Amino acid sequence: MSEPMVKAEGVHKRFGRLEVLNGISLEVKAGEVMCLLGPSGSGKSTFLRCINHLEKINSGRLSVDGELVGYRETGGKLHELRDSEVCGKRAQIGMVFQHFNLFPHMTALDNVVEAPVKVLKLRRAEARERARELLAQVGLAEKADSYPAQLSGGQQQRVAIARALAMRPKLMLFDEPTSALDPELVGDVLDVMRQLASQGMTMIVVTHEMGFARGVADTVVFMDAGVVVESGKPDDVISNPQHERTRTFLSKVL
Amino acid sequence: MPSEATESQEGQGRPEDIKAVPVRHPGRWITAAIVLLITVAIINSVATNPRFEWSIVGQYLFDPRILHGVRITIELTVVAMIVGIVGGVLLAVMRLSPNPLVSGASWVYIWFFRGTPLLVQILFWNYISALYPKINLGIPFGPAFIHADANSLLKPFLVSVLALGLNEAAYMAEIVRAGIISVDEGQSEAAASLGMSRLLTMRRVVLPQAMRVIVPPTGNETISMLKNSSLVSVIAYTELLYSAQLIYSVNYKTIQLLLVASFWYLVMTSVLYVGQYFIERRFGRGFSRAEQAGMRERWLGFGRGSAGGAP
Repeated sequence: MSEPMVKAEGVHKRFGRLEVLNGISLEVKAGEVMCLLGPSGSGKSTFLRCINHLEKINSGRLSVDGELVGYRETGGKLHELRDSEVCGKRAQIGMVFQHFNLFPHMTALDNVVEAPVKVLKLRRAEARERARELLAQVGLAEKADSYPAQLSGGQQQRVAIARALAMRPKLMLFDEPTSALDPELVGDVLDVMRQLASQGMTMIVVTHEMGFARGVADTVVFMDAGVVVESGKPDDVISNPQHERTRTFLSKVL
Repeated sequence: MPSEATESQEGQGRPEDIKAVPVRHPGRWITAAIVLLITVAIINSVATNPRFEWSIVGQYLFDPRILHGVRITIELTVVAMIVGIVGGVLLAVMRLSPNPLVSGASWVYIWFFRGTPLLVQILFWNYISALYPKINLGIPFGPAFIHADANSLLKPFLVSVLALGLNEAAYMAEIVRAGIISVDEGQSEAAASLGMSRLLTMRRVVLPQAMRVIVPPTGNETISMLKNSSLVSVIAYTELLYSAQLIYSVNYKTIQLLLVASFWYLVMTSVLYVGQYFIERRFGRGFSRAEQAGMRERWLGFGRGSAGGAP
């Protein structure tokens, strides 16, 4: 338990001339829930995408479960991982997107079954059984044979969570999972995430849901302009922010 | 008026449907009458003009030489489309490759084969043996493993398939590429986040969705191919048109045999239309909340006042 699940040291990311991440350092312990707050463009989503190597970092060190993201270190030298190795790493990290990104040509069940069968090489019958359990867990047992277009946004996002969980990830990344939802559908998705947190899943959540951050997060990190402005226990950061930037942001969203 | 609201709620559950006098559309009836009149005039002239010699058309409709031509045309279309689709997918994936040499090669291929007329390409492939009398397959500048005489290898069927298929590949490449880039990037990202490789993502996630965009123009391409296959008549290959030409060069019933050929082309393209309808429905799965209205509903909708009813 001593090794943190995610460890970032001075992570920089540039898009052309634009510095999106300007030296991010933080740690997430196993079983911990971290909420990333901050205005749009502050680099929260980019940081999340760096963790499963959807984006390549330009400098600094970023590791998941004690292993560097995207590189292997031998003899003090960094070697880029091959595509298949990157895929193997990503398979252990679940990700949930703002716009769900379910596969529209597959039923809810097939969305959940696809990767376990094709990537983990599970037998289809076994994968289907597990997929049904997961859909039941997110409250959508009876929607297994529906196509994404026939589901509401909240239902789609819960299928997307089940799809990510089907890979038995050791870490779950949520990129604004409720931002694209109608207000009355947000609750169902947050309930599923709350339940997941109580089961001990390590989670990093980019969100604007202050209630969720306050109630569920072990750590809250406030980011702005590519740096961590402050971090700490949710009550400290949200109720008693130390920095002016945090205070102005919170006064707008609370 | 609160009393009205309570009244309607206390009614027998469902309110009555509106009964109104429909709007008259005299313009629709007049244009319909004009179209009908012209149609009758055309049919009358075609049926009564003795020079059409319909009995001769009927006589040759099922002539074994014509039926053989129909079979060759179908074979040519199927094989050339397979070459075209496989080549097109390959060229499209090459076109999207990060390697500039690979995408450049694809660009040059498409530029060349779309930039020269199909008829010229057919003639060119027919005379290729003048350029390369011997065909050797092997390591470039190294030893060759397969030797063949171009004239005996390049039979009319192979020349036709090469010419039609390689030309088609260039057009299919653009169609497939358009399909691939029409798929939202989030789909590839979601697949990547699940640990799926690029190839697996392409095969299981991107291409099945791209099919919805690829299938309709591919149907058009198949119909074009069926008709363009008549161009290989210039290299004396006995597909449908050349079979008809061979007959009328002897009996001089030119118009009648062209009508026979047209009849069979129409039959074949009609079959393709129906096939395309079902394939499109198959790949449209999951993209609409309700099943799309079929052809039947569209026709039944004619004459009802609402939008889109009038053709």
